Amino acid sequence: MENLVEINNLTFSRGERIIYQDISMQIPKGKTTAIMGPSGIGKTTMLRLIGGQLKPDEGDILFKGESIPSKSRADLYVARRSMSMLFQSGALFTDMSVFDNVAYPLREHTKLSESLIRLVVLMKLQAVGLRGAAQHMPVELSGGMARRAALARAIALDPELIMYDEPFAGQDPISMGVLVKLIKELNDALNLTSLIVTHDVDEVMSIADHVYIIADKRVIGAGSPEEITQSDSPLVQQFLKGQADGPVPFHFPASTIKEDFMGSHQ
Amino acid sequence: MWLVDLGAHVLEKVQALGRAALMLVGAIVVVPQPKKNLPLVIKQIYVVGVQSLLIIIVSGLFIGMVMALQGYTILVDYGAEDSLGPMVALSLLRELGPVVTALLFAGRAGSALTAEIGLMKATEQLSSLEMMAIDPLRRVIAPRFWAGIISMPMLAILFSTVGILGGHLVGVDWLGVDSGSYWSIMQATVELDVDVLNGVIKSIVFAVVVTWIAVFKGYDCLPTSEGISKATTETVVHASLAVLGLDFILTALMFGME
Repeated sequence: MENLVEINNLTFSRGERIIYQDISMQIPKGKTTAIMGPSGIGKTTMLRLIGGQLKPDEGDILFKGESIPSKSRADLYVARRSMSMLFQSGALFTDMSVFDNVAYPLREHTKLSESLIRLVVLMKLQAVGLRGAAQHMPVELSGGMARRAALARAIALDPELIMYDEPFAGQDPISMGVLVKLIKELNDALNLTSLIVTHDVDEVMSIADHVYIIADKRVIGAGSPEEITQSDSPLVQQFLKGQADGPVPFHFPASTIKEDFMGSHQ
Repeated sequence: MWLVDLGAHVLEKVQALGRAALMLVGAIVVVPQPKKNLPLVIKQIYVVGVQSLLIIIVSGLFIGMVMALQGYTILVDYGAEDSLGPMVALSLLRELGPVVTALLFAGRAGSALTAEIGLMKATEQLSSLEMMAIDPLRRVIAPRFWAGIISMPMLAILFSTVGILGGHLVGVDWLGVDSGSYWSIMQATVELDVDVLNGVIKSIVFAVVVTWIAVFKGYDCLPTSEGISKATTETVVHASLAVLGLDFILTALMFGME
């Protein structure tokens, strides 16, 4: 199976703090891959590394067989035209209508006429069920609708790879269901490669072909959803079942209780 | 230990200066795309320029009026109230027009630019432009920068004009200075290529500095509520100090050597 993205022995740190240590992952073409893990372990950072917004300390990231970190700015921009990212906040431009938001990448990167752009935009909005909200401003949309509008913008240029940053975070059950359905349908209909970063286990397990679980700077579990569910790693099981205590401790590292409560604080 | 802190502080400032320079170069050293950028610049001129008109006109009017009032009470003791016109005009054209406009602009438009760009950063709009393979320096920073540079000198000229009219209102219409001498001595004294031109040059320099500080503080801010609030404050403080400091240097160069 061909891989659209390959992450090879990547190490990345922010200041003194090491986020990833010698991590490797493969994102197969045409499939939906999920990266899961507890909050704060730098899942979004991984998307920014793939998008070339951050550079790894060591190791390499290949997109369509070409190394992203060693690309010049101009080449990186060319590569980014075939990838797309759905931000957690949606990141719609607040000074433009939904229609103009979706039209924006088309107007920037293509020479299509306005009438053709209108058709494309309405088609994309139809796909996410927001054709009726084309003239709304982003502030008038609910959180779920804003994310769908942003999704329409993300697929405007028909990318090969689409990266979802926490697409289900803070959504009500209905919007969550809509988003799950959309991600799956878009992946199949547009022959996209989807990469979802999330900690919503149930939703993503239902649509992902392949799952990576990251914790403690490395991959702790990888495989199909079935394989992951049957994993005997206590860390994976704690994450999947949402247990409060386990290998990931409930307590943030601290000095001993005796020291804090009985210690010599005069 | 204070030496280490001092060194770290200086290094941090120098690095920020470097980032600011890189940002400016990235924003203005580009192949011009007038068809895409002109509408953006015009929109920003409306936001930072046209929407600043009211505060500039009202301030200019009052400053002109106050100057005529203050000037008259001093000049009249020496029987020199006919010189009110040039006094008001020269102070406004050389100093108050460019400086006060820049200070007001920093407070009115500069802070808004910083907050807007900071929020675009915090809400990932800048990142999302990056990921769309669109350079935010060209589409977000550059139009705002050019709009500031185009708007501020025009606002300064307007400020001086309204101020001179305000001076006329108080000096001539209220205090009874002769209208003919107000205008004719002003015409005889004010020189286009010295007073007016130098005032405009000052204003252009201030425009570059204030707008640069404003867009950089927004672009470089920490994308949190606290970071944006700090950046907005810093825009007003740094821009005001820079304007006053530069004003002294420019004045010394322009008028100090005569």
